[in-house]
Amino acid sequence: MHDAAIQAKQLAVTREGMPVLQDLTFSIATGRITGLIGPSGSGKTTLMRAIVGAQQISAGELTVLGLPAGHKNLRSKIGYVTQSPAVYADLTVAENIRYFGTIAGASKADIDGTLKQVDLVKQTGQVASTLSGGQRARLSLAVALVGNAELLVLDEPTVGLDPVLRRDLWALFARLARSGHTLLISSHVMDEAEQCDDLLLLRDGLLLSHTTRQALLKETGKRRVEEAFLALVEGRHA
Amino acid sequence: MNFRMTYATAVRVLKQLHHDKRTLGLLFAVPCLLVGLLAWIYDGGIVFDQIGAPLLGIFPFIMMFVVTSVTTLRERTSGTLERLLSMPVGKLDILFGYAIAFGVVAIVQAVLVSSLAVYAFGLDIIGPQWFLILVALADAILGMALGLCASALARTEFQAVQFMPAFVLPQVLLCGLVIPVSQLPAILEAIAAFLPLTYAIEAMQLVSRESTPSVEAFQDLLIVLAFAVGAILLGAVTLRRKTK
Repeated sequence: MHDAAIQAKQLAVTREGMPVLQDLTFSIATGRITGLIGPSGSGKTTLMRAIVGAQQISAGELTVLGLPAGHKNLRSKIGYVTQSPAVYADLTVAENIRYFGTIAGASKADIDGTLKQVDLVKQTGQVASTLSGGQRARLSLAVALVGNAELLVLDEPTVGLDPVLRRDLWALFARLARSGHTLLISSHVMDEAEQCDDLLLLRDGLLLSHTTRQALLKETGKRRVEEAFLALVEGRHA
Repeated sequence: MNFRMTYATAVRVLKQLHHDKRTLGLLFAVPCLLVGLLAWIYDGGIVFDQIGAPLLGIFPFIMMFVVTSVTTLRERTSGTLERLLSMPVGKLDILFGYAIAFGVVAIVQAVLVSSLAVYAFGLDIIGPQWFLILVALADAILGMALGLCASALARTEFQAVQFMPAFVLPQVLLCGLVIPVSQLPAILEAIAAFLPLTYAIEAMQLVSRESTPSVEAFQDLLIVLAFAVGAILLGAVTLRRKTK
């Protein structure tokens, strides 16, 4: 086992001459839920894409599960949910999950079980383009879960879902973390940060803070993550 | 290469087509209608016999080019390709999966269109029908492979469709269908020798003249397939797991 699932040292990403991420140094613990929190445009997606190996890094080091990010052997160990649901709109729920399941090397039982986890059993035969936004987001999540990867990188998986579903999904994330999975979940909704063990606060490509939720609240003397975030931003610019 | 993943990809692409009944209908009905129209225009006469077989090679080429460039572009823009490439699947598994799926479609199309041309519209070909189908299949794979390369250059589906005239029409004009390649101006003749469709059309012309396919016809077929494999490998280079 690796103590740290993800480790970044002075990581920087530059896209088309513009710095998107600068000098990020942090390490994410195994078996915990880490929230990647920041306003939109803060570099959350770029950081996640770098972790799953879809984005080239410009400087520094990025180690994922003991290997450099983008290593071939990592492809079966990471489940990735992109921000907009990346599923085949012209295939049914079952056909989507079966195809991605085969690619991820999942067994038939895993494939069926995954649809139960995200509560899409009733929609099995439905073509993805006819699903509601929330259902499609859950199908996209199911694709990331199906291979039973040890690291799950989820880019805003609960945006736009109704409160009941959101609660259920966070309960699912907590179960996954208890069974040893590491989860990195991004959100621009500060409310969601309340559900995370650890927090990475990102703003304008810089790491504002990396701490546990309790420590953040204690340090800033606030009761909610949103207030703490504001306190940090204002403190830095004061 | 992993057989299970290639197969799963081929099945997935065929299922996508299966859900899209209208595209499937167009893929099979349009070439049939066009061959019928041509037979009608030339009243089934000698010109129909001369250009009928070559056209059977051009239909799958053009249609697979358009279908593939749009579908792969859709994979690129919808995020499914990025997702696949972050998973344990080889690029060639994806590409050969596509080739198999569209190859199956091309075979059905070629059997349908050539049977209709020969049995219903009286197209005279002296060679065997299976060779005709084989060349049509090679053309389809070639069209698919070039469509794949074109999709890498396009940002939108609108652009992808515009690449069709750019990639395909010059080849159609120079392949020997309009006038025989040997009668082209010297420079154009030299250019035609580097274009795969020239060989596909030559093979089709040979099968309509020769009772058994000659070595030359098989050579043409191999050249078309070599171009197709080359284009698939070039296509693999355009699938990038990492963006800069």
